[in-house]
Amino acid sequence: MTPYSYLILLFPLLGFLLNGVFRNSLSKSAVGIIGSGSVLGAFILSVLVFMEVKGDPAIITLFEFIQVGDLSIPFSFQIDPLSSLFLLIITGVGFLIHVYSTGYMHEETPPHFARYFSYLNLFVFSMLLLVMGGNYVIMFIGWEGVGLCSYLLIGYWFKNTTYNIAAKKAFIMNRIGDLGVLLAIFWMIQKFGTVSFAGETGVLAQAAQLTVNDPALVGITLLLLLGATGKSAQIPLYTWLPDAMAGPTPVSALIHAATMVTAGIYMIARSNIMYTLAQTTSGVVAVIGLATAILAATIALRQNDIKKVLAYSTVSQLGFMFLALGVGAYVGAVFHVMTHAFFKALLFLGAGSIIHGMHHEQDMRKYGGLKKMMPVTHITMLIGCLAIAGIPGFSGFFSKDEILMGAFAKSPVFYVLALGAALMTAFYMFRLYAMTFMGSFRGDTSHTPHESPSSMTVPLIILAILAFGGGYLGIPALFAPDAHWLAHFLEPVFAQSAAITKAHAIDHSTEWVLMGVSTALIVGVIFFAVSKYKKYAHDGAAESGLGKLLANKWYVDEMYDAIIVKPLLGLGNFFTNIIEKAGIDKGVNGVGKGVLYLSRQFRLLQSGNVGNYVLMMVVAIVGFIWMVYYLKL
Amino acid sequence: MPIEYYTFLACIIFGIGVIGVLTRRNAIIIFMCIELMLNAVNLLLVAFSKMHYAKAVASGQQDILTAASEGQLFVFFIMVVAAVEVSVGLAIIVMMYRNTHNVDINFLNRLKN
Repeated sequence: MTPYSYLILLFPLLGFLLNGVFRNSLSKSAVGIIGSGSVLGAFILSVLVFMEVKGDPAIITLFEFIQVGDLSIPFSFQIDPLSSLFLLIITGVGFLIHVYSTGYMHEETPPHFARYFSYLNLFVFSMLLLVMGGNYVIMFIGWEGVGLCSYLLIGYWFKNTTYNIAAKKAFIMNRIGDLGVLLAIFWMIQKFGTVSFAGETGVLAQAAQLTVNDPALVGITLLLLLGATGKSAQIPLYTWLPDAMAGPTPVSALIHAATMVTAGIYMIARSNIMYTLAQTTSGVVAVIGLATAILAATIALRQNDIKKVLAYSTVSQLGFMFLALGVGAYVGAVFHVMTHAFFKALLFLGAGSIIHGMHHEQDMRKYGGLKKMMPVTHITMLIGCLAIAGIPGFSGFFSKDEILMGAFAKSPVFYVLALGAALMTAFYMFRLYAMTFMGSFRGDTSHTPHESPSSMTVPLIILAILAFGGGYLGIPALFAPDAHWLAHFLEPVFAQSAAITKAHAIDHSTEWVLMGVSTALIVGVIFFAVSKYKKYAHDGAAESGLGKLLANKWYVDEMYDAIIVKPLLGLGNFFTNIIEKAGIDKGVNGVGKGVLYLSRQFRLLQSGNVGNYVLMMVVAIVGFIWMVYYLKL
Repeated sequence: MPIEYYTFLACIIFGIGVIGVLTRRNAIIIFMCIELMLNAVNLLLVAFSKMHYAKAVASGQQDILTAASEGQLFVFFIMVVAAVEVSVGLAIIVMMYRNTHNVDINFLNRLKN
């Protein structure tokens, strides 16, 4: 099956073309079947490929893509443990979200419904291209493709100006990052003469020969990191992700939580040997990740829009993954990508179900007491909250614990700060839970919330099972030696890095203590949050002090506005009003006016009086004679 | 006679012609002045032709008959052209007189409108 793995790409592409081209003639059910079916096909093929995957990467070259001088860039795909795992996550979670979308988007008219599904399929196609690409250029094509689809889907309701602005913001922020990736690729071509991942002469093999902190390597990795911060919403380019919640909720679940935003993590994990050697960059990655995790978590504490809470939670969790990458716990990062895809997709879809049931109300202050009205959503959301908070037994516990241990092995300071972020995660998630499901209903009582149709609840249930059980793929050695299946599976991908880092194991007693402390603290925080918010009643009082600062997202958007957007707009205004009007327009108009003036003056010479003409003629002749004989011109 | 005499004479006649054209408004006088200018040029051409002929004789050139005859040929052309011009010009002046009972050149600026 592996040689034909490019067929995985074909299905979503076909779905995109069919739904896009025939959007005016297909019925909604046909669109839903084509859209979901193509992703299901891709998922089945991914499973088949996954079964066969071995440690060594399999390279499938379709054709020669770019051939210039000595540089040759094939259009090739790489199937190895890392990419096959991502294939499963993308197509699996993607399929569930497609099914969910058929229920969530049922109010749309058929052409728009088909447009939505064609965008979604195009996104899956691009994302698959991103993770299957056998070199940085193919990966970059997918990288740009997912950015485009993100833009299209955030601005899906294009009649709303705010949504369009959010879409543009996401696109522009991503473009800043993309520039970094592009420059990194050029640098790689200059330094290594190739862009392929694998092989004797591949980038990664050549990079492994370099010394620690080789300047070129640090430069390349920093540029790649810029791209990763854009795509994965890290400081300083994270502000687009919360705004991206303007898109339909399943889009937020698929693109802005489960898959696209993990592209940066995928890229760093793919280039792990470069990051391991470029220790400076690794430090930067860890610090950025930690700072983002904490900053976003603090903001999430005081948001009232349910999707905004989840959005900042996503940013925060992505920060955890970056922290893991930075401290060299690559398996932990990928593990967290996987579990996060499950529970965050679940939470977003649950939020979508609530929004759907509440008739597009997203303000949590108007929720409350939904436990009885939406039982399935309630149970699945509870599982999601427990998983993300890191309660033992749920998937988030295993992956987050692995990251925390990795951070502890690097430095206890990292551990303490990361634990702080994890506690905040538990707090805001259970604040969300308590405000939504507990207490009494605070919303508009004229129409009661209702449970969503089965096309929406079934994906929720499946994701809830995954969010619970996904963690058992990576049981730490503490509980059962050699039970960490994921670490074994991914070993070939990270082998070279592991040889360099030689992760110094924490002894089991320390690990027990840390785990016990973190679990106890998280449980305590959960009870605190629930008791604080279960009787929540909106008193209408405005936030003050720190709460106001957090509710306004630390004023980061305003700061960016003041530092970057306003000066740029000012410069633009300066150019339009001063340079354009006074400089260019005046210049052009001045030439025209000058010609008009001169012609008016010259017209006076044509008096119609023959004597004048003759006089001028004579004067001119005398003038010429004078010129020729006396000036010797 | 040295060539300078001829050239000075031609210049004076030409100058009289130019000044006449510029200062007079009577069309017939302007016409006569133009004739003066043309004839000044004719005189110059003949004078130079004669000078070159004398030089050719002095240097013992073989085909003495055709030497330096172009100037005189031009003079004939100019005379023919002048005659044609006179006939056309006088016709115009006659027509002008019939229309305006005047030969003032400044009446011609009516053509402007």
